[in-house]
Amino acid sequence: MKKFALLAVFLIAQPLLADSNLPPAYWAYRQLPDAKQEAKAQSLMVELRCLVCQGQSIADSDAELAGDMRDLVRRRIAAGEKPSAIRAWLIQRYGTWISYKPTGEPAAWPLWLAPPGLLLFGAWLIRRRIRLKARN
Amino acid sequence: MSRGLRLIPIILFVWLVAGLAWRLIKPADPAIPSQLVERQVPTFDLAPAVRGKPGLSSADLATGEPRLLNIFASWCVPCVGEAPVLAELDAKGVKIDAIVVRDTPEAIAAFLREHGDPYERLGDDPRSNAQMNIGSSGVPETFLIDGRGVIRRQYIGPLTAANIPGLMEQLGQAR
Repeated sequence: MKKFALLAVFLIAQPLLADSNLPPAYWAYRQLPDAKQEAKAQSLMVELRCLVCQGQSIADSDAELAGDMRDLVRRRIAAGEKPSAIRAWLIQRYGTWISYKPTGEPAAWPLWLAPPGLLLFGAWLIRRRIRLKARN
Repeated sequence: MSRGLRLIPIILFVWLVAGLAWRLIKPADPAIPSQLVERQVPTFDLAPAVRGKPGLSSADLATGEPRLLNIFASWCVPCVGEAPVLAELDAKGVKIDAIVVRDTPEAIAAFLREHGDPYERLGDDPRSNAQMNIGSSGVPETFLIDGRGVIRRQYIGPLTAANIPGLMEQLGQAR
């Protein structure tokens, strides 16, 4: 009996009001009928960061804002807009943060230079070692 | 190998640990500021969100006097907490407009009845498009817009009573 009472309590529990009053946008969970356009939209959506679940792409996220962003991307692709233009539109509003694809901004240059820099440093170390050994 | 060279890994390790400890103690701010601050409000034109009040277009925001643009929704719990602050600003004569995100006219009307209505215009934003257009990433947010329609400041999250003096000062400067 106690168990049933507990179960009943869980069943009537309501989730916290965090969802909006409207159903998901039309293109949030629907693919575009044109497979080529849908592929374009998909490859852009996996490269755009969700503003709510920051770490997921909008293709992965179930946040309502991510759904609205997918709707926006699909509508614009269907209207013939280029993915790069849509990305630029979002970057203009939210900064490079919104795009997973690196934009080559100066702040990221050390990150790009680090791998070849470390390789060169390693090569220099090895060369030194070989020379030291040869001298001995 | 020289002594100094040998110290490099230790220095790198200490630097890494210090960096990790710093971010654990002081986590990064997850708020995404709009890049449109100090820029003209982007063009939009929204239908009325409730019966009896006009909708909102970007032209309505460049009226020669500074205004606040509040982004809110009736389903947003922190927006309830913010309502008394907006009411006080309204009482001080501040002009406030709103973009209402993903909401129904009935729910908005009920919200305004219960928590007060400081708004001149309420624009309906059913797919968060206007919200994205202005670079807002959640509700509530408030944009301070000067008389020429240039965004001067963005307040992310609910306004509190502590914001009022600063807001009044900013509004005074944003002629």
